[in-house]
Amino acid sequence: MKSSVKKSRRSFRHQLAQLVGFLMLRISVYSVLFMILYFFYDLGSKGLGAISWEFLTQAPRRGMTEGGILPAIVGTFLVTLITALFAVPLGMAAAIYLNEYARAGRLTRLIRLSIRNLAGVPSIVYGLFGVILFVNLLKFGTSILSAGLTLGLLTLPWTITASEEALKSVPDSYREGALALGATKWQMIRTNVLPYSIPGMLTGAVLGLARAAGETAPIMFTGAAFYLPFLPRSLKDQFMALPYHLYIMATQHHAIDKARFLAYGTALVLIVFVVLFNLGAILMRARLRRKWRH
Amino acid sequence: MISVKKKSILGDLKESLIQKAFQTSGLLAILVLLGIFALLLYTSVPAFKEISLKEFLTSTRWDPTSPERPEYGLLSMLASTIMVTVGALLIAFPLGVAVAAYLSDVASPKVREIVKPVVELLAAIPSVVVGFIGLTLVSPLLAKIFKLSHGLTALNGSLMLAIMALPTIISISEDSLNAVPVSYVEASLALGANRWQTLVRVKIPAAISGIIASLMLGMGRAIGETMTVLMATGNARAFPHGLLQSVRTLTANIAIELGEVPYFTTHYYALFGIGLVLFLMTFAINLTADLILEKQKRKLK
Repeated sequence: MKSSVKKSRRSFRHQLAQLVGFLMLRISVYSVLFMILYFFYDLGSKGLGAISWEFLTQAPRRGMTEGGILPAIVGTFLVTLITALFAVPLGMAAAIYLNEYARAGRLTRLIRLSIRNLAGVPSIVYGLFGVILFVNLLKFGTSILSAGLTLGLLTLPWTITASEEALKSVPDSYREGALALGATKWQMIRTNVLPYSIPGMLTGAVLGLARAAGETAPIMFTGAAFYLPFLPRSLKDQFMALPYHLYIMATQHHAIDKARFLAYGTALVLIVFVVLFNLGAILMRARLRRKWRH
Repeated sequence: MISVKKKSILGDLKESLIQKAFQTSGLLAILVLLGIFALLLYTSVPAFKEISLKEFLTSTRWDPTSPERPEYGLLSMLASTIMVTVGALLIAFPLGVAVAAYLSDVASPKVREIVKPVVELLAAIPSVVVGFIGLTLVSPLLAKIFKLSHGLTALNGSLMLAIMALPTIISISEDSLNAVPVSYVEASLALGANRWQTLVRVKIPAAISGIIASLMLGMGRAIGETMTVLMATGNARAFPHGLLQSVRTLTANIAIELGEVPYFTTHYYALFGIGLVLFLMTFAINLTADLILEKQKRKLK
């Protein structure tokens, strides 16, 4: 009798611990969600007032206290394009090597280790590397080209990893089918692996590029300019970029209070770009998954 | 017959060339990593013609533009970096592990499908925007709470860095919790433990090395983060004495000074020296995290 009371009391205590424990986890999740949504709400509500057709289609005027952000939008677009042209094919090629050709061994392990470590190198260190290699040694100067290549190196580990995931999702039977018919390795990859993995690779690439487009530290010293009255004419020109423009408007401006609402507008445009890119990639991924199920 | 053979020799050549091309792009990863290290080292060495290594690593005074005697000690900035990072992890680690545990053990699939993309969205916010939020939203709040003249402090930096580190901690911890074999959980439940006991006494201990790796990767992220701390911490150069002071981290110092320094001067080279220190710190941390994760993968297999 006594022992059963003790037992039920103990089990009650355990029940209570579970209740409290799960409640704590729930509170943690809700506070994180609330925080994220509040950030978006804050930027949205304060930035929306600055957004207008003029804001999106004109250059800054009057010492950047009026006007728009068109040069920054164009600059970010151009630099991301260079990043894509550099990092996406290279990332895909490296992933094809790792997933289709490489045998398990010391070299392969070393390559994978390097990729994972590259993903952890601070973005400002990439910026320093870009200054030495692209700006000085290769003499590209501070330019769209230098900044785009620097961001390309930064995104390389992400594009490789994403491309490899896509290659892994192609069933081995597809490969075996081609080889059984006498196809060479490259024929097999071209006809039976790439067509099914390229959409997944591109999805990963888009996510990587969205992150690259929002980076500031790597472009600060490799080509981004404080203010340019004209749009860039060649890849050797400097450029304005959305993230750097936001930094300038928020901290370096001579009349910060006057420019604050333009900074909010810039932040909102940047966030909307990044979120749209991400949503696009997520939808693409969901559609691919459905396609695979059939 | 002959033509077939010829074709296959040519074909073999083509195949091996293609393989070489792919292999080269794979090797590029090693090359870039070594290249970053080598060029940073090469560019920071000239700084030590004028600065003693001892001053660089142990002096707390950094004043390269002083007209009398330029000083190059990074200790204050190193201390600031460590302080801001530790503060960030004290917030982000418990919170991140809690979210990971919720996602892996409590949430229904439906809830998970809502929460996970939102966390991914958090990872997608550019660091300059997080810095902007710290500057405009959080720091005035802190100034009000702690009655400061401005809220651009180490605490503000820690809070914003916690946000940057959260997605890493959540996703790696959740992966490790999910990698715990179902048989562990079933055995625990069959012995009469409830779900909370199973989580705390079985799953988390089994996944602990992955959870620690998530902490380290979050740390690497926080140490290397530039824009967030640059905009949120106020960047005062003095040695940090508390979380409610304005501090300047290693990354922020590079960002502030590299734009103004003339190329190829001692000051310029010294900034690359700071970059080298950052690279080595994050490299050591990431490598350790990597080894831990590899070991766990082998163990749970």
